[in-house]
Amino acid sequence: MFKDYLTITDISGPLLIVDQVNDIKFGELVEIFLPNGNKRRGQVLEVNRNTALIQVLEGTSGIDVDKSKVRFLGREIELSVSMDMLGRVFGGLGAPIDGGPSIIPDERVDISGAPINPTARNYPNEFIQTGISTIDGLNPLVRGQKLPLFSGSGLPHNRFAAQIARQSKVLGKEEDFAVVFGAMGITFEEAQFFIDDFKRTGAIERAVLFLNLANDPAIERIATPRVVFTAAEYLAFKMDMHVLVILTDMTNYCEALREVSAARKEIPGRRGYPGYLYTDLSTIYERAGRIKGKKGSITLIPILSMPEDDKTHPIPDLTGYITEGQIILSRPLHKKKVSPPVDVLPSLSRLKDKGIGKGKTREDHADLLNQLYAAYAKGKEAQELAVILGEASLSEIDKVYFGFAETFEREYVSQDEYENRSIEETLDLGWKLLSVFPKEEMKRVREEYIEKYFKKFKKETTESITNSKLQ
Amino acid sequence: MVEGKIVRVSGPLVVAEGMLGTKMYDVVNVSEKKLMGEIIELKNDLASIQVYEDTEGVGPGEPVYGTGAPLSVELGPGLIESIFDGTQRPLNIIKEMAGDYIMRGISIPGLSRKRKWKFKPTVKKGDTVVSGDIIGTVKETTLVTVKITVPPGINGKIIAIKEGEFTVEETVATIKDGKEEKGIKLSQVWPVRIPRPFAKKLSPLEALVTGQRVLDTFFPIGKGGTACVPGPFGSGKTVIQHQLAKWADAEIIVYIGCGERGNEMTDVLLEFPELKDPGSGEPLMKRTVLIANTSNMPVAAREASVYTGITIAEYFRDMGMSVALMADSTSRWAEAMREISGRLEEMPGEEGYPAYLGARIASFYERAGRVKCLGSDDREGMLSVIGAVSPPGGDLSDPVVQATLRVVKVFWSLEDKLAAMRHFPAISWLNSYSLYADSLENYFKDTVESDFVKNQRTAMMLLQNEAELQEIVRLVGVDALSENDQLTLEVSRSIREDFLHQNAFHDVDTYTSLKKQYTLLKVILYFYERAKQSLDEGIPISMIKSLKVRDRIARAKYIPENEIAKIEEIMKDTNEELASISREKIKSEV
Repeated sequence: MFKDYLTITDISGPLLIVDQVNDIKFGELVEIFLPNGNKRRGQVLEVNRNTALIQVLEGTSGIDVDKSKVRFLGREIELSVSMDMLGRVFGGLGAPIDGGPSIIPDERVDISGAPINPTARNYPNEFIQTGISTIDGLNPLVRGQKLPLFSGSGLPHNRFAAQIARQSKVLGKEEDFAVVFGAMGITFEEAQFFIDDFKRTGAIERAVLFLNLANDPAIERIATPRVVFTAAEYLAFKMDMHVLVILTDMTNYCEALREVSAARKEIPGRRGYPGYLYTDLSTIYERAGRIKGKKGSITLIPILSMPEDDKTHPIPDLTGYITEGQIILSRPLHKKKVSPPVDVLPSLSRLKDKGIGKGKTREDHADLLNQLYAAYAKGKEAQELAVILGEASLSEIDKVYFGFAETFEREYVSQDEYENRSIEETLDLGWKLLSVFPKEEMKRVREEYIEKYFKKFKKETTESITNSKLQ
Repeated sequence: MVEGKIVRVSGPLVVAEGMLGTKMYDVVNVSEKKLMGEIIELKNDLASIQVYEDTEGVGPGEPVYGTGAPLSVELGPGLIESIFDGTQRPLNIIKEMAGDYIMRGISIPGLSRKRKWKFKPTVKKGDTVVSGDIIGTVKETTLVTVKITVPPGINGKIIAIKEGEFTVEETVATIKDGKEEKGIKLSQVWPVRIPRPFAKKLSPLEALVTGQRVLDTFFPIGKGGTACVPGPFGSGKTVIQHQLAKWADAEIIVYIGCGERGNEMTDVLLEFPELKDPGSGEPLMKRTVLIANTSNMPVAAREASVYTGITIAEYFRDMGMSVALMADSTSRWAEAMREISGRLEEMPGEEGYPAYLGARIASFYERAGRVKCLGSDDREGMLSVIGAVSPPGGDLSDPVVQATLRVVKVFWSLEDKLAAMRHFPAISWLNSYSLYADSLENYFKDTVESDFVKNQRTAMMLLQNEAELQEIVRLVGVDALSENDQLTLEVSRSIREDFLHQNAFHDVDTYTSLKKQYTLLKVILYFYERAKQSLDEGIPISMIKSLKVRDRIARAKYIPENEIAKIEEIMKDTNEELASISREKIKSEV
């Protein structure tokens, strides 16, 4: 039998203190019964002799000191998982909110998860074709990777993420694929955008959605990403599916964490965020990956909005230290109507070297990628120089770079929301754009690939220029 | 044994009462789950314990058992090729026992109890030995022969010694120390927080050759030296650490993945057995010890992981070996200290870090060094330590960076801007420094060429000139510069792109010997000298810029080690090309 306590002494912000408790464990799940019959859930954050500190996940409004009852359940927060989750919409703690029946559990799993043993991990190396040139060509995504989108308010990160979810596939294979979507503190409209997009493309059949919207209790968000991963782990490692997890918006999650930390009067780290933010985020992000001997995988794309577009803000900063790269969206590009406005230079995929090359994408991919980066960086520099000195003062070769940066943004970075470019198309486009340069500038490319690819495109472009001149 | 009772649980911190009789830094087992923890504060009979495992489900009233011993590691044959967590539990065994996830309360010794090792004595019965003397060897891998030494504190006469196959727990020799008889096993136990003793500390005199051009030529680290690599995320810290682990000319590599990504450790685990040591052709894994406490593993064990790593490194140093230790990243270690300190409600220093942050970092790096080992044979051991630092936002005013810079001698500064240009390694040639440059001068002169250091200084001067000239270019354009200055720009660009830039993923470019580094730089500087002459002869810079040989200079780094002569030929061709231009000029004037 569970014991009910009527001994709440303090309520402050999201926290409750319950006195004279017995045999309480750290991390235990708690139910709080309000005088009006409502029920809230919470978790034990600290136990000190006979006092328990509880974080209430669903808000403390309406709880009183006098009559509210607290019940300790002797277990941690759990999620019921089964294949029936696919196609369903749940709240931030995993209760169905789409009007459908509750899930008949195949298993009940503790949402906090355990760390994957590094020796059990399998290195992510299967190239995922997203059909987006800036990702496939320059920052290739591989199965089991965690690649965040760093965005800002007003930037089209949702459309971009939806495009990735829609178009992602592994070349030459038909496999079970699922999307697990976790929303934390985003608006109804944003959530509806994803639901509509999934419905239109039929992806909803293969999707599980967990929604904690802006008007839902903020502290509940702390549990949401863990719930999401519990579902994803079940689908990936028990049911052999390839799971893409999208979490949006991690900034709201971190703010909820800060709220609890502040209420506990902890010594804050940078910008008031708790000192353990890095550890906390890593226990979420690191649940992605592949495991040896398991067919499935979890690929993670967390989305976060950078306050003031500042990538040194603690949330993007710590995220970048845990994830394997980042895709950064840029406001200036967005204003220039480059869409998707991917800021190529600071974007990075750390796992690209394992996912590309012969037998995966194409042998020339790595060299081409480096050359495109270097050329675009130089083009950007030339553009800056031109702002100060005027275009005329650029050296001949700098002028070519200047022009290259322009075309690159217009033709390579920009692409329609529904344009699905194959990796071949993306690579050839890269060579085509590079063909404006003399051969000597191809310093990052191996001689053999210059012979095989660069010269071919160089010739084609020269021919087409000559042809147009003749006409 | 002391048995206490838990009164408080707050994350990784547990407070227990009834703990009189325990000492600071003693290891305890918390609750019936036997979670491993360490005492970090004592107040009367209350002990604060940092627990190395997740404390969910632990509550007041549960027991705490003292072990009476501090956190220690087992040192002996069997360390190489292993991967341990922060408290020296072998992760591959944990996987066998618990599956794909790390479960709690698993207790396994660091070294295998079953495996037998072939022990070959090097002393005989009746010999007198002192602490640190080698009494025999065990060939552990094709690359590493473990020397079994007399543990510190034991001196006397060998009264028995056996040859044969033994487990790490079996006694192989007995020493009569005064009246006592002490058994020597293949393994010994050492507390991680106490540095292992040595006879004398010496200054580093040899360079730790890493095969990375920017490091070896411009900012070398001595064997037994300390270096730090701070940089924002995405600037290539981990790639540099991996490159060092692969190519540094040390006999033993200890790699600590401290609070970093799980996939990075997997990468090392999968890649190292495939890579061949350039000297012996054996897999690199055969000289490597890995410590992996990834970011999602318990935070207190992360704090312990750097100590576990360095103690293992010291053990090999004490055999007279050259050891290199990489810690990626020390910031995560500092953050672990901060988290525990916060839970202890200590008064914080800068940025919430504990006030003792600087002292802890300093004493960690001070465990590096070239030393004369204990024992009567005067052997020398070297332990080089290279720590990555991950400052928030790449801001070098971060307390961890500052505390580290106060103690390390080499600073490899990674820059975001270089990384964005895909100039890797993204080490800034203007901000980095090496305080070993002077003391290693003779080493380079003796082992490479007499003008190695001179060339390096010329190149550095050119790069510094370039930085100044670029300021001017930004204001008035490149055409406003004199031809000589334009040449400086061209040549420094060549130094940057053709020498400093190095592709870690290119089969040839990933490692460059000192000899080849010297030749590459010489070729570029020869071009500079020769082009300067031509400028004086009145040949315009535009012609020099478009010389064919420049393309060959740019590709020289891809020429394999055994064809260095081909690189040298470039100088001859440079000379000829320039000479033929001058001849044509003279002809046309005539």
